[in-house]
Amino acid sequence: MNEGLLRELVPAVIGVLVRRGADFASAEDAVQEALIKALETWSADPPRDAKAWLISAAWRKFLDATRSETARRGREVVVDAQPDLGPVSGVDDTLRLYFLCAHPSLPPPAALALTLRAVGGLTTKQIATAHLVPEATMAQRISRAKRKIAGVPLDEPGDLATVLRVLYLVFNEGYSGDVDLAAEAIRLARQLVALSDEPEAAGLLALMLLHHARRASRTGDGGRLVPLAAQDRSRWDTALIAEGVAILQGALARDRLGEYQAQAAIAALHADAPTADETDWVQIVEWYDELLRITGSPIVRLNRAVAIGEADGPQAGLAALADVDSCLPRYNAVRAYLLERTGDLERAAELYAKAGRAASSVPERDHLTREAARVQQTLRSERGTHPA
Amino acid sequence: MKYLLLKHYRGGPAPVVDFLPMDQWTPEEVDAHVKYMQDFGDRLQESGEFVDMQALLPDGAFVRSDDAGRPPVTDGPFAETKDLIAGYYVIDVESWDRAVEVAADLSAAPGPGGKPLHEWLEVRPLFSAAPADAG
Repeated sequence: MNEGLLRELVPAVIGVLVRRGADFASAEDAVQEALIKALETWSADPPRDAKAWLISAAWRKFLDATRSETARRGREVVVDAQPDLGPVSGVDDTLRLYFLCAHPSLPPPAALALTLRAVGGLTTKQIATAHLVPEATMAQRISRAKRKIAGVPLDEPGDLATVLRVLYLVFNEGYSGDVDLAAEAIRLARQLVALSDEPEAAGLLALMLLHHARRASRTGDGGRLVPLAAQDRSRWDTALIAEGVAILQGALARDRLGEYQAQAAIAALHADAPTADETDWVQIVEWYDELLRITGSPIVRLNRAVAIGEADGPQAGLAALADVDSCLPRYNAVRAYLLERTGDLERAAELYAKAGRAASSVPERDHLTREAARVQQTLRSERGTHPA
Repeated sequence: MKYLLLKHYRGGPAPVVDFLPMDQWTPEEVDAHVKYMQDFGDRLQESGEFVDMQALLPDGAFVRSDDAGRPPVTDGPFAETKDLIAGYYVIDVESWDRAVEVAADLSAAPGPGGKPLHEWLEVRPLFSAAPADAG
């Protein structure tokens, strides 16, 4: 049994239990237990009908839990042990689970964990490993999240924007432990696009595919960060790019632009350039203008300054940077990059080093320190001096 | 037995090698250092002695509670003179001698000219969870 196929069954099985009268929190716990049992036993003894097995195992777990709970409280078991097995509308169930798990009342880390478990069908242990926290901590985070949304009816209209934000967070967690969260986010986004008619869902999927296509070229020897301009473009995944571009075109044709479509358009323009020098920066600046209009985000303003620097020269980029909040992460790195291009190597080296000291991840710190070292080396050779 | 290996930005014994900050090295020297650190981590994973590793940003502050109803008191960012931790490893090894060996391995990370930095590392045993000879 393929673990991926098994995981895909999880939201539908939760939906079946909820329709049989289980509350969401108990149903989700029961399905998680059945899932763990399936992972332990199926490789040796796979069932003929995986979904039916999972439903009946989860229902048994649910009844056991409910009985022991009612026994503890000294009350009667009120659950119908012989529920009807009517036709199942898995589509609506799954979409509702997306909305519930990314409910706006939940803090993002909790929404993310709950989505991975109830919609993604990952085990608590896998989610914990991917986030480098103890399993008990993750279990607690998930049960607190479920308590928080206990009063939310499953058929309440959902907020797609928070669902998309959660999926994008999952995507950006990348790869750690034995679970590829970027690939998982793409799977969940594909599923969402099949369930929802919203162009922004397609925009997010396109954005993920276009970024994912570059993954192999993004790190060099020893996990070194390779910036876009220096990436080996022959290692980009052209099939993923073609798929991302097609999905984006379909979304843009609906004429309801949003931030994910605009970001995907920028990623598509990068993907489209055979070499870094052939990048259509003028069009990229136009998309940043759109993106800024939609989001007003200071980070977009910062990235736009980089694009202006490429389109109209580093002085124009520095002028655009004047409108950007200098406290932003990466501000100094961007300024260093633009200054280096104007020929002001001394200030560039200084700012790269400063950016390296303030970087929030080790690969980024190492990359920026190396950039500082590279500019320093150029300075030394220009002066004709070498370190002792 | 678990040990904490502490790397200090400052506050340790006087350095034995006086080296320039890393941004003054050549890019190749930076790469060699980064690769050494990665290989060191990989070796610990392979030997089954790795528990945890974290690098710490230089930001932060000291914090304490104040009287009821008053907000917490903070002191910082850290003054230049104070001891400052850059990062740590937690290792689970069979003896103190092995912990010292691991720390020395880490301390031999290369700097300018490929020469070992010989940085001081603080090695501290962790209390064990259970009392000794509990059975």
